Amino acid sequence: MAMPANEIEALIKAALPDATVTIDDLAGDGDHYAATVVSEQFRGLSRVRQHQIVYAALRGRMGGELHALALQTSAPT
Amino acid sequence: MADAVFDRIQSDIEGNQVFLYMKGTPMFPQCGFSARVVQILSHLGVPFQSANVLEEQELREGIKEFSQWPTIPQLYVKGEFVGGCDIITEMFQSGELETLLEEKGVAHKAQA
Repeated sequence: MAMPANEIEALIKAALPDATVTIDDLAGDGDHYAATVVSEQFRGLSRVRQHQIVYAALRGRMGGELHALALQTSAPT
Repeated sequence: MADAVFDRIQSDIEGNQVFLYMKGTPMFPQCGFSARVVQILSHLGVPFQSANVLEEQELREGIKEFSQWPTIPQLYVKGEFVGGCDIITEMFQSGELETLLEEKGVAHKAQA
């Protein structure tokens, strides 16, 4: 039950083409990641909405293949 | 079946000022992310009720659909979904969580 970081990045970028995505493999096991996503599309949205957009981009993998993805989202400053 | 679960969630989050869907119990959390949210709420002295999704598969799936949120824990304040572990942690660190509790009129321990 693991997912390579570049696959996560590709899915997020497919939904948010302008996004800057940084992914850290926290445990080195391909299963516990921290992602920072910065996109203009987040501007003015609540954190819950921002995260929901990222989860939607991951199309159901979150909570399944991807056990742990710590998320930080923001609009560019 | 989904309707019955949704009804129950609705009454949980409306009938309690602060409600946490978590893995395990506040005394014995069974996941680090759930444990962290419990720790934050306890630190702020916020009284809350919780449900253990590990005991009920229907609730575990139902709450994800209800909130359109794929992971547990999930925190509700006054019937409104506030976030999961990352958001709660970020809001706690920035002081926004306390502001939210104050705005919503939820009793908690004042921070020095």
